[in-house]
Amino acid sequence: MATIFGTPVKRREDPRLITGQAKYTDDLVEPGMVHMAVVRSPYAHARIKRIDTSKAAQMPGVLGVFTGKDMQAAGMGNMPCAWVVPNSDTKTPPYPAIAVDTVRYVGNAVAIVVATDRYLARDAADAVQVDYDPLPVVVDAVKATEAGAPQLHAEAPKNLAFHWKVSGGDVEAAFKQADVVVRETIVNQRLVPNAMEPRAALARYDAATDEVTLWVTSQNPHIVRFLLGLTTGIPENRVRVVAPEVGGGFGSKIPHYPEDAMVVFASKMVGRPVKWTETRSENYKATIHGRDHVQEVELAAKKDGTILGLRAKVWANLGAYLSTASTGVPTILHGLMLSGVYTIKNIHEDVYGVFTNTTPVDAYRGAGRPEATFLVERMVDLLARELSMDPVEVRRKNLIPPFTDGYTVATGLVYDTGNYQAALDKALELADYQGLRKKQAEARAAGKIMGIGVCTYAEICGLGPSSVAGAVGFGGGLWESAIVRFHPSGKVTVMVGVSPHGQGEETTFAQIVASELGVPIEDVQVVHGDTAQTPMGWGTYGSRTTAVGGGALAQAARKVKEKARAVAAHLLEASVEDIDYADGKFFVKGSPSKAKTIQDVCLMANVAWNLPKGMEPGLEASAFFDPPNFVYPFGAHIAVVEIDPDTYEVKLVKYVAVDDCGKVINPMIVEGQIHGGIVQGIGQALWEGARYDEQGQLLTGSMMDYVVPKAEFFPKFELGATETPTTVNALGVKGIGETGTIASTPAVYNAVMDALAPFKVRKVDMPLTPERIWRAIRDAQRS
Amino acid sequence: MYPASFEYYRPKTLAEAAALLGRHQEARLLAGGHSLLPLLKLRLASPPALIDIGGLAELKGIQARAGALTIGALTTHAQVVSSREVAQHCPILAEAAALIGDLQVRNRGTVGGSLAHADPGADYPTVMLALGATMTASNGQATRDIAADAFFTDLFTTSLQPNELLTAVSVRSYGKGTGGAYVKHKHPASGYAVVGVAALVTVNGGTCEQVSLVVGGATGTPVRATAAEQALRGQPVNDATVGAAVRKVAEAIRDPLGDVYASGDYRVHLATVLAGRALRTAAERARA
Repeated sequence: MATIFGTPVKRREDPRLITGQAKYTDDLVEPGMVHMAVVRSPYAHARIKRIDTSKAAQMPGVLGVFTGKDMQAAGMGNMPCAWVVPNSDTKTPPYPAIAVDTVRYVGNAVAIVVATDRYLARDAADAVQVDYDPLPVVVDAVKATEAGAPQLHAEAPKNLAFHWKVSGGDVEAAFKQADVVVRETIVNQRLVPNAMEPRAALARYDAATDEVTLWVTSQNPHIVRFLLGLTTGIPENRVRVVAPEVGGGFGSKIPHYPEDAMVVFASKMVGRPVKWTETRSENYKATIHGRDHVQEVELAAKKDGTILGLRAKVWANLGAYLSTASTGVPTILHGLMLSGVYTIKNIHEDVYGVFTNTTPVDAYRGAGRPEATFLVERMVDLLARELSMDPVEVRRKNLIPPFTDGYTVATGLVYDTGNYQAALDKALELADYQGLRKKQAEARAAGKIMGIGVCTYAEICGLGPSSVAGAVGFGGGLWESAIVRFHPSGKVTVMVGVSPHGQGEETTFAQIVASELGVPIEDVQVVHGDTAQTPMGWGTYGSRTTAVGGGALAQAARKVKEKARAVAAHLLEASVEDIDYADGKFFVKGSPSKAKTIQDVCLMANVAWNLPKGMEPGLEASAFFDPPNFVYPFGAHIAVVEIDPDTYEVKLVKYVAVDDCGKVINPMIVEGQIHGGIVQGIGQALWEGARYDEQGQLLTGSMMDYVVPKAEFFPKFELGATETPTTVNALGVKGIGETGTIASTPAVYNAVMDALAPFKVRKVDMPLTPERIWRAIRDAQRS
Repeated sequence: MYPASFEYYRPKTLAEAAALLGRHQEARLLAGGHSLLPLLKLRLASPPALIDIGGLAELKGIQARAGALTIGALTTHAQVVSSREVAQHCPILAEAAALIGDLQVRNRGTVGGSLAHADPGADYPTVMLALGATMTASNGQATRDIAADAFFTDLFTTSLQPNELLTAVSVRSYGKGTGGAYVKHKHPASGYAVVGVAALVTVNGGTCEQVSLVVGGATGTPVRATAAEQALRGQPVNDATVGAAVRKVAEAIRDPLGDVYASGDYRVHLATVLAGRALRTAAERARA
């Protein structure tokens, strides 16, 4: 039987999503349900002098108006930071769900209103009167650390949330030996995640049992349950968290948000189920942002292009408060990846995590690795330019040679498996790199502006070994679990702790089980997202769902198979060692006609009329998988751009991506992930960017101003693949959810800078808008 | 995204609509809703009443007669794009309409709504000014015509009276010897014109007999590039003369708008570049 593993099975999620039958949190209606609206601060930094809720409380349909003080009085706790990186002197100032005496960003909640419908709730929220005493504002992370800057938290002098360092080798010596040092200040700008579905939360508190159910747009309902215990004081075993259909997250639905706690609190106060659905305007202000680094970087090299060392100082803007995983992103997930795919022996980085009067920053697709990859890939290109070498040649000179049994980089990480040359070669061939360079020379001669950009990358994902999670201060484990349950009829239900929300694991997980057990894929039902129905799991992020959750699932399936083999042996009156398994059938070695289908075995295991002595009835297994290492997918991307010589608009004319995520379960889904990732990464290079004014007002607070990339902006992507399986999990699979985002930003940026080389332009801050390119060329011509 | 409450009226005739507008001074007219509904949802506008004029048949449709084209205010952008009359008599309008928003927006948004809303990033105002269009307004009792250059008075402001509805816009047909072109730099997020330039050029024996050049998006209302027009009028049309004219476009733009995406300076630069493109394309079409 041809295995279904590795085939492009159509996504079983899609019919219900495409036809609008899927049920998202906002689609859910509970009997007696009422609605919450949030009063948010229009100031980026202010003392709250007085909140007058009296007028709002008397408006039609209003059941309650509550402030931060009311929440505190009810015993509700502050929002937890669930990742405190060791040896970084991390400060975790109080983060109340609703501000109590000070607001610290535009959008900070100051009160909530519960009313019988959304419109009345909004009307009443507008009627809550808040007197503010405005305070000085700082939005820029570098400025926030300077003397005299406005201070956000008494607990964090100089607005420093932490100072974290990573060192490997001897950087000072490397720079002393260098023939050449290239320097750059890189701004990796702030981005808005923009999941298609905004956040929503619906809480039903049952006073009779002191139990609460929270339906919420989460990537990790088990973590939300764990943390909700802390914020609401309701014991974890009385909390059920359900992530129904979730319309994308890109990391923005990892955190435990203030509104999760607010709806639970509100439901408890008014004795009715309470729903809150974020508006898109709120989403821009009150859902986490991503990236936002200022990086001062130096790269030391020999004349022949050999890189000797890398030194960087990074200011990571964390916003006004520490969101759930915020401190791990610019440290562990960024600083440890500064070797990229290169043999850089000497690395040192200082990372300053900084509070500012802006929306909290947390994980956004790639989370730390895009900021690391951009840094490295940009510096490598600058080195090539400095030495007048081809950027591909500089890369080749420094690539880590192929390895199958671990490679330790200077920051201490041990990459699992890699063959970076093969991916680069394939990308160059697909793109016809030499031909492109020839075309570029012709284009330049004809007065056109054309550029070619390369990025070779590896990234850390499949998070990860729990012992490492603990060592780096993550407040949880990173293992996964799965249950495979055969019903008497031979149908299978699979329950997993991960919580996919658009990535297609209902399909790929069914493929894993169908392949392992030889059952038809249609017979495998995949259940996820409900803490009452699924075993513990740490969620879907960090491209870990398949690498870790899939690993647990494969283990559970294999356990089931072994039990079934024992039952089959008993039924066939043979010894277990003599039973073979193929195409969904157990048979006696050498006599394939003496066989039992897995469905036969399943029925007998479930009715338990005739089982081996001492065997428990049923056909079910659960497995826990704690991976021994992270996985490190890699690849090479090549972008070709043309720039309008008059308006300076960038047109992407060609994009080649070769990615290696180890074994592929479903190539169509993998390609879909790559496509989406590339689009989001190019979004950062060319269009996206959250901008604040000096008063902390978000200037890009809607889809009219913030450029979410559109299909028409892109050419058809040309994809290729190499396959270097990992040894970390049973399936050989790595992650593919974030590689596109990680690789495409530097590939396109490098292409644009390559195009602008004849104008002596080497830096333009992202996004590379036509105006910024126009100005850069003008400035270069003037100087 | 939850509007404040409002009263809702759906009149069946123009007279009824005008009467409602007379009675409800603070009411807003609802046509395609593509500008108004976002304002309501953001609570940037909270009118006590909406008068939905979507049912007024007399405001719909495109008619060509006697060298002119009259377009009802409720005509959608999609209808303009696909109209044979527009294609034949005033193709620049279809070129502009095709660049508005996306298919959904073009199916709902209306010519009259866009003109009356007078968004500086809208496309029709620029083209109408270039065409020397005439707006027809009605208060239910009387109608009056308003020339395009007297219609757009400021950002989001027109010379319509509070009790008046825009019922139609009329433009002169143009044909052989005259070419038109609308060139636009779309804001990558909103799709509105960062700058849009409309040009109409009449060429006779290689000479520019008549030219109309209007820049939108750069300022609160579209502006006529008078100096550039003067520079080209009566000249042979070639790269040198178009180049010379284009260098005068900036003179027309006072206090340009700026935002996160494009500053005033860059808008002036864009206006210059796009004016050149519009003039060249219009001249080519005039010769075709």
